[in-house]
Amino acid sequence: MSILRTLHKTSIAALGFALLAGCDTVVMSPSGDIAAQQASLIIWATVLMLIVVIPVIVLTLLFAWRYRSSNKNATYAPDWDHSTSLELVIWAAPLAIIIALGALTWVSTHQLDPYRPLDRISEGQPVPEGVEPLIVEVVAMDWKWLFFYPEQGIAVVNQLAAPVDRPIKFKITATTMMNSFYIPALAGQIYAMGGMETQLHAVINEAGSYDGFSANYSGAGFNGMRFKFLGMSESNFEQWVAKVKSDGDDLSRKAYKELEVPSEYNPVHYYSKVEPGLYDAILNRCVDPGSICMKDLMSHHHRDDKAAEKSNAPSESHHAH
Amino acid sequence: MSEQFELSKLIFGRLSWESIPLHDPIILATFVMVLLGGGAIVGALTYYKVWGYLWREWITSIDHKRIGVMYMILGIVMLLRGFADAIMMRIHQAMAFGDATGYLPPHHYDQIFTAHGVIMIFFVAMPFVVGLMNYIVPLQIGARDVAFPFLNNLSFWMTAAGAALVMASLFIGEFAKSGWLAYPPLTGILQSPGVGVDYYIWSLQIAGVGTLLSGINFVVTIVKMRAPGMNMMKMPVFVWTALCTNILIVAAFPVLTAVMTLLSLDRYLGMNFFTNDLGGNAMMYVNLIWIWGHPEVYILILPIFGVFSEIVSTYSGKRLFGYSSMVYATLVITILSYLVWLHHFFTMGSGATVNSFFGITTMIISIPTGAKIFNWLFTMYRGRIKFDVPMLWTVGFMITFVIGGMTGVLLAVPPADFVLHNSLFLIAHFHNVIIGGVVFGTFAAITYWYPKVTGYKLDPFWGKASFWCWFIGFYLAFMPLYMLGFMGVTRRMSHFDDPSLQIWFQIALGGAVLIGLGIACFLIQLYVSYKKRDSLRDETGDPWDGRTLEWSTSSPPPKYNFAFTPKVYDNDAWWHMKANGFVRPTSDFLAIHMPKNTAAGIIVAGISTVFGFAMIWHMWLLAGLSFTGLIIAIIIHTFNYKRDYYIPVEEVARTEAQRTEVLA
Amino acid sequence: MSHSAVIPAAGESSKFEFLERGEHHVANGTLLGFWLYLMSDCLVFAALFATYGVLSQNFAGGPTGADLFDLPLVAINTSFLLFSSITYGFAMLQMQQKKLKGTMIWLAITGVLGSAFLGLELYEFYHLIHQGAGPQRSAFLSSFFTLVGTHGLHVSFGIIWLVTLLVQLKKHGLTTANRRRLFCLSMFWHFLDVVWIGVFTIVYLMGSMS
Repeated sequence: MSILRTLHKTSIAALGFALLAGCDTVVMSPSGDIAAQQASLIIWATVLMLIVVIPVIVLTLLFAWRYRSSNKNATYAPDWDHSTSLELVIWAAPLAIIIALGALTWVSTHQLDPYRPLDRISEGQPVPEGVEPLIVEVVAMDWKWLFFYPEQGIAVVNQLAAPVDRPIKFKITATTMMNSFYIPALAGQIYAMGGMETQLHAVINEAGSYDGFSANYSGAGFNGMRFKFLGMSESNFEQWVAKVKSDGDDLSRKAYKELEVPSEYNPVHYYSKVEPGLYDAILNRCVDPGSICMKDLMSHHHRDDKAAEKSNAPSESHHAH
Repeated sequence: MSEQFELSKLIFGRLSWESIPLHDPIILATFVMVLLGGGAIVGALTYYKVWGYLWREWITSIDHKRIGVMYMILGIVMLLRGFADAIMMRIHQAMAFGDATGYLPPHHYDQIFTAHGVIMIFFVAMPFVVGLMNYIVPLQIGARDVAFPFLNNLSFWMTAAGAALVMASLFIGEFAKSGWLAYPPLTGILQSPGVGVDYYIWSLQIAGVGTLLSGINFVVTIVKMRAPGMNMMKMPVFVWTALCTNILIVAAFPVLTAVMTLLSLDRYLGMNFFTNDLGGNAMMYVNLIWIWGHPEVYILILPIFGVFSEIVSTYSGKRLFGYSSMVYATLVITILSYLVWLHHFFTMGSGATVNSFFGITTMIISIPTGAKIFNWLFTMYRGRIKFDVPMLWTVGFMITFVIGGMTGVLLAVPPADFVLHNSLFLIAHFHNVIIGGVVFGTFAAITYWYPKVTGYKLDPFWGKASFWCWFIGFYLAFMPLYMLGFMGVTRRMSHFDDPSLQIWFQIALGGAVLIGLGIACFLIQLYVSYKKRDSLRDETGDPWDGRTLEWSTSSPPPKYNFAFTPKVYDNDAWWHMKANGFVRPTSDFLAIHMPKNTAAGIIVAGISTVFGFAMIWHMWLLAGLSFTGLIIAIIIHTFNYKRDYYIPVEEVARTEAQRTEVLA
Repeated sequence: MSHSAVIPAAGESSKFEFLERGEHHVANGTLLGFWLYLMSDCLVFAALFATYGVLSQNFAGGPTGADLFDLPLVAINTSFLLFSSITYGFAMLQMQQKKLKGTMIWLAITGVLGSAFLGLELYEFYHLIHQGAGPQRSAFLSSFFTLVGTHGLHVSFGIIWLVTLLVQLKKHGLTTANRRRLFCLSMFWHFLDVVWIGVFTIVYLMGSMS
């Protein structure tokens, strides 16, 4: 049966090929600690599953070969259809794997929760005392990215920079469409949605220029929603900030309204000065003068401000189902 | 003047000559081809005077076998359309690098990937699965038809109506540019003011009603119409999986109807369910659509598991290993499929506890699925396996599906999903399970049951050619996509900057071409087998030494399926009958009570299509008229009390005598 | 069993009788089928209730339930619908006693009560829209109008069905088919009653209290 041999060879070759080639990619060998942990999680989960998957593939081919109808030497038991001990194994083997994988999932999901502040910058290196995360406020617009640096008082379109080995806290929202904020070298993605804020904590460990983009299709200009994420030394980062401050324009509400008009493949643009509270106004959908902010609308009927804040967190809505 | 304008708005809505994309050469060429092809078919049908025959014997038929065949034909036709979309995307992505922009403008490309997904799920996979259940389930349970034969006909035509609307969008207006699940706010009226999303909504709404009715129909059929002696634990596994699938349909499709209605209310009446402003919440849409969408995955795959169970047991010449654990596995999957929907959007910002809960429930599904695979494996163990074409598909499925299952469980680990979500890895994963599962299973089923439907087997040479093209083509087309996923490449891109990725897309294109050859081989197989039908003829009605009741009757079965209702003692009922010296009766026949054909199904579905079209184009006058017409047509149908007739005993005797002669 | 005497050999063996001789009567599945349809409809309402649950506090600065709902009016409306369920019950009792005229009279009364319910609901909607609290005003109002309106739409279809059935009863009398249809409509009507109790409690009572 050459058919089965070919079949066997193809699948093994495909699998080996994929595994080998896969190790050298941005997702599997990233430059940020969070992404690196996610990559090693992928490897561990895959190894765990291969414990069942490989025997299944091998046994399928083996049985197909051994019990072919032309092989009259093989046992034929047409009425054998039950074996309690075998069925126990059949259910128990996947169960055992899933218990292991489930435990791994529970721990890693909490460990790598994007909302959770970092406690280490890389393996064996806890966050040094006194180091506060760099805050970046991210707005997914039609169809470009706007990054606010509240501490530095600057904003940038379609370029993002951060010092190496310093934790970053991203606060993410969107103007209209749902997008997904993703820098594969840095950390996994999270959605950017209008009127809501998601968060991501991450750190970059190597200087370099990395791809960032929207991973969630958001209409006509989606393809051009790409930017470079620059990992820099602390001093280079300061120079970069200074450059933005010297080269940039003023991001007033008026300038923002112009920027808000849908556009595609926007070049990098620096803003040296940002109108205070602009990110907050975008998040609460009250950039237009005279419009009432969402958080105020909510607290209009709920004097309890906590409830109003909460309704901005997307995680709350899931519980409704 | 303005009054005239108002009147024309009322009648034509937003439809005008500009709506027909004459400026787009690709669409225009397709349109001309469809026109020529369609004209040729209509001409041929008229020339050979078969319209009357088609109307009487097929279009108005309430025979579950005829309806099953019509579903399969619909699936095959739409497969060609869906594949055309796929190959266009593959060619485009293999070209669009650096300075080259590819040959499709972005707005066209965006419609193509949306249409590809919608067509493949709703109008290829669903008709295939429903068609198989239609043909096989009543035969396997020893029934003469389904519980509600008229509804069955209506269900088919509603599905066809949905497909017709999607096809119409190609030439009149446009289709949605939103991805196959049409997430708002992108699909809100502000962001997508055109007719595309409305085509999407109404074709799904109309086809969805058909699917829901067919779900109810089959649950009742299986619960109420089994042959005497066939208790639940003696039902063939395919019937079990069909039962679970139809329960899932009844429990999932209403949510689709509801969420599509809410989206239409946002679009048509300016409501604020999923808008960004005035308190709308787009995340709710994502939740609701996946509460339908995840069970939908199992609606497609469960019957296919049933198909493989039948095939593996038949070609191994052996009882299915672990029948009851197979049944329980199916039930567990049915229930769990409702507890996993959130794994489609771990990245939407839920807390770690919620994410890991849904991740773990997802993994738990792999336990019964794994048990099923082991059961097939141990059915082969100590069997006498005949490698006819259906068995090739089965072995191909078992190998491919475990790989797809593995990548699926990987995606169920939330932190892993954060880096792989929305990437081509995800695309590769679900094509791995849908092609490796549903498509392989459908081809296996077609080959397996073809002699039952037509009376002759399919030519094995072209069947094997088709299998190898599909099998190798699949790996060539989708393994590169797994790789590209690891390289951080996102889905739905119409252009790439990084030239190093191009080779992978070119390999994938090669795979897609090979799959295209697989489809071509299948069509050639149908033609060649028809030409060689005399040498491929099976007169026994039982060409594979089958085990279940459909093989006990003639091929093709008579209108009434069974002259006498069989009594069942074993889950391999026909095997048991053969083993215990069953002798076919040749006398003492009785008149048989059967349902009558009706045109009500196609009339109601036809008016629904008009209504949908009118709503899409805001033709309010036509919409009002057709809606009223719809209600009147249904009421008129309820005044028809004479829905059945008796096949006279002479006719039964004559039919059975002919079979006696053939068998002798 | 005398089967072997009647038809020797064919359809059986020494141990088993393989065929059901004579007409195999299948239990009627219409009621089960209709019940399944109701369950699927129930899921449509479940989705709408869930939506309402998520959006019920999203007033967007607009009016709340407490500002809008006229509880006494809704209470009257509720009683119309509850009474119509009782009168439908009377119609079914008449049907059991094979009294065509009584059945039709009680059905007609049910239809009138249902129409009164619809009339009041339309009045309420008209009133709300008139004071600027239409379904476009806020997500809360969108979900309110959709949930209550979908129920109202069901009642409307119920009334169309009821009228159709009255004509069919007049024409054919209490035949098996018509009795089956009466049963189905009965389930439908009571189902709408149950859904309304949910609407009344969750939307109106809880909405007025917040």
